[in-house]
Amino acid sequence: MDLSLSTRTVGDRTVVEVGGEIDVYTAPKLREQLVELVNDGNFHLVVDMEGVDFLDSTGLGVLVGGLKRVRAHEGSLRLVCNQERILKIFRITGLTKVFPIHTSVEEAVAATD
Amino acid sequence: MATVELRFSALPEHVRTARLVAAAVARRAGVDEAVLDEVRLAVGEACSRAVGLHQSNDITAPVKVALIEEEKQFSIEVGDEAPHAAPAERVAGGAAADADVEAEEDEMGLAVISGLVDDVEVTTGASGGLIRMTWPTAPPAAALV
Repeated sequence: MDLSLSTRTVGDRTVVEVGGEIDVYTAPKLREQLVELVNDGNFHLVVDMEGVDFLDSTGLGVLVGGLKRVRAHEGSLRLVCNQERILKIFRITGLTKVFPIHTSVEEAVAATD
Repeated sequence: MATVELRFSALPEHVRTARLVAAAVARRAGVDEAVLDEVRLAVGEACSRAVGLHQSNDITAPVKVALIEEEKQFSIEVGDEAPHAAPAERVAGGAAADADVEAEEDEMGLAVISGLVDDVEVTTGASGGLIRMTWPTAPPAAALV
């Protein structure tokens, strides 16, 4: 399965809904999308990963890149994920300490910390 | 010879194919269903790494994957033909920043593999590198339960 991307605005947040497989082939598409959003002035992103079937380290790299970009503008990048097999990859790489991970888009959008 | 061998041009779009084939052969060999996700991810990481190494070294040779069914275990070997120089040597040449990013991504892939797979061996030499990953397989009797 290929990667699907759609974005919508909820309040001051931009929600990026990702579906399919994020790997070495499709990750550049996600990177482009995140870069474009930040260049257009969207600095508070919520990446909804509920529809993601597969994620590898290339995908993690893109998410970390996105986080660095929004932070340069004092923004935020939050993830929405309930899938154990995806969460496991964040745990293995220690990235659960880097990304705020939420159980729903509503929760992520409402979060301020 | 290996149970199934795969050679593919070092292009990112073929990594998915390698994942699918590896998972299919692993399932057939009796690797636990619960571990198949890990097999898929680990072989994907190893292949992505090999593709990256071939591309950054302008190597036209294919990436090789061997899927080996043995008694009580299943192994996957992913081989590249990139000369593995020490990081310091790799930086020499001017593109230091690019090399750093590549090295970082390379390490992340290896970190995922070593986090996932208990039995993994990484060997590198002047003529290329090999990642060998092994999983236990269920004996047929246990598989019936």
